[in-house]
Amino acid sequence: MTKEKVFCSIGVRKTSLTFGQRLKKDWKRNKYKYLIILPVLVFLAIFAYKPMYGIVIAFKDYRPSISIAESKWVGLKYFKQFFNDQYCFRILRNTFFLGGGSLLFGFWVPIVFALLLNEIRNTHFKKIVQTTTYLPHFISIVVLCSMLKLFCANEGLITELAVALGAKREPLLQNPKYFRPIYYISGIWQSFGWDSIIYLAALTSIDSALYEAADIDGAGRWAKMWHITLPGIKTQIVLLLILAMGGILGANFEKVLNLYNDLTMEVADVISTYTYRIGLQNGSYSYGTAIGLFNTLVNVTFVMAANAIGKKVGDVGLF
Amino acid sequence: MAKEITGKRSKIGVFDVVNTVIMLFLVFITLYPFYHIVCASFSNSTLLAAHKGFLLKPAGFDLGAYKLTFNHPLIWSGYRNILIILCIALPYQLLMTLLCGYFMSCQGMMFKKIIMALIMFTMFFGGGLIPTYLNIRSLGLYNSIWSLILPSGLSVYNSIVVRSSIDGIPRSLFEAAEIDGANDIYILFRIVPSLIMPTLAVILLWCGVGHWNAWFNAMIYIKDNDKLPIQAVLRAVLIANQKLSSETTMQDDQFNSYAETIKYSIIVIGTLPILCVYPFLQKYFVKGVMLGAVKG
Repeated sequence: MTKEKVFCSIGVRKTSLTFGQRLKKDWKRNKYKYLIILPVLVFLAIFAYKPMYGIVIAFKDYRPSISIAESKWVGLKYFKQFFNDQYCFRILRNTFFLGGGSLLFGFWVPIVFALLLNEIRNTHFKKIVQTTTYLPHFISIVVLCSMLKLFCANEGLITELAVALGAKREPLLQNPKYFRPIYYISGIWQSFGWDSIIYLAALTSIDSALYEAADIDGAGRWAKMWHITLPGIKTQIVLLLILAMGGILGANFEKVLNLYNDLTMEVADVISTYTYRIGLQNGSYSYGTAIGLFNTLVNVTFVMAANAIGKKVGDVGLF
Repeated sequence: MAKEITGKRSKIGVFDVVNTVIMLFLVFITLYPFYHIVCASFSNSTLLAAHKGFLLKPAGFDLGAYKLTFNHPLIWSGYRNILIILCIALPYQLLMTLLCGYFMSCQGMMFKKIIMALIMFTMFFGGGLIPTYLNIRSLGLYNSIWSLILPSGLSVYNSIVVRSSIDGIPRSLFEAAEIDGANDIYILFRIVPSLIMPTLAVILLWCGVGHWNAWFNAMIYIKDNDKLPIQAVLRAVLIANQKLSSETTMQDDQFNSYAETIKYSIIVIGTLPILCVYPFLQKYFVKGVMLGAVKG
């Protein structure tokens, strides 16, 4: 056979490989890789995709006594019920307020904190501040909420401070007026230190020659902060802002669930806590699933939209 | 206030003083709540009730609350259950994450794209609360500690972190191993782990803290109080105000007289392990944040 012919036959064989043959070849070469991923796929089938199939009960009249497949289809009945629900507007508003407020009041805190901490020259002191302010991040929601409940009780520490500032003495968590501020401030308290890590890391990577040049030009502290430091961490700020905007409707379900009570329901009840009460406490599985699905879809839309915006403005998309 | 500063870095100006004060204030508001809780837990109930405002030291000194807390079976069973969960769940999670991360880093499989899509999709979309709950029930895991272990197996995010860590290993190392006759399973279990040890350690820490702090699943899946892990016990006692007292009425009286301080002592007991290991592990956690950030 001539060289040309060999090439030819190889070329022909390659394109004429049937699907079955390719499958066989792939299996022979990669069988261990598939074996490795098999447990993961089994896991996902059982714990991720099976519940996803369970979503169909949002469109069915499901009762625990019969199986999902046997339940009767009811179409969009439960979605219509949700939009006519007297609490529909309330939980949408609260979800948006708690998420949006956390972003508005909390987003800039770690940035300012990182900038100020960066100005501390004593590295020992800096380390101590970092170590202590990261700590609350590791406290469980249960412990955080228990502490809040104790401190906001009638004679609690925070109540005493509020009384000293002129407020009426009362258990603060039972007054709807205070629920949102407590939610926001405790959120900031728990996360401002930890959230500053990304910014602090970005700050250390700014070229120190820039500062030296600015010194020679006679730039003051604020000028340097405004013209060198802030632009240096711009990418991180935009990226985290986009991430936070995507999660704006994912209010901290666990925290609300532990902090709210009948008196503050009006301002505290969010979509996920309502789903929990309707679905698991009242046992209206189908209705609860419908509300949950609505919540998930809105969340996914927000994340996707935020990601698209990120790609447009600064090439910082996540996926 | 800052206009007087002329830019000399060595001079201590007004700004530095103000800045240091701000930082000290932040350290104070971070640490004081914990200090207050600890002081209150050692306090005498009546003196504590009479005390107003900040505590510099315990009001009186009384170990009664701790005695009652430590004598309570739910606290012990809570600790036992979380230890069981950690012992089983951590190796399991690490294994699954390693498997998934390794597969993600491999190239040239016919079905890689579709499998990746199946994995990544679960990051953005899930069944939601109620279908997940019904799934656990239908699997027969309801009221079993396995309901807190098995579903936690895989975190796609952690797998991605492992993947980028494996991608950092020179490919020639794998090729050399393959020439020596090693297959993927040998490479994955014998070669990869020792090379990405720091990443695995960080993931182990994340998962450990996650399990320690988890309570919600236990609340909805576990019916018997003696199967609850510690944080769920904390919630039952502190948030839902479930009675911690046992059968005898004499103990009931004792509980009532310590009702306030016992809450503080339970918080201390539920948080102490984290507070103890935190200072030593802090730098690994920080490293972990950067691991995740690299991928973004």
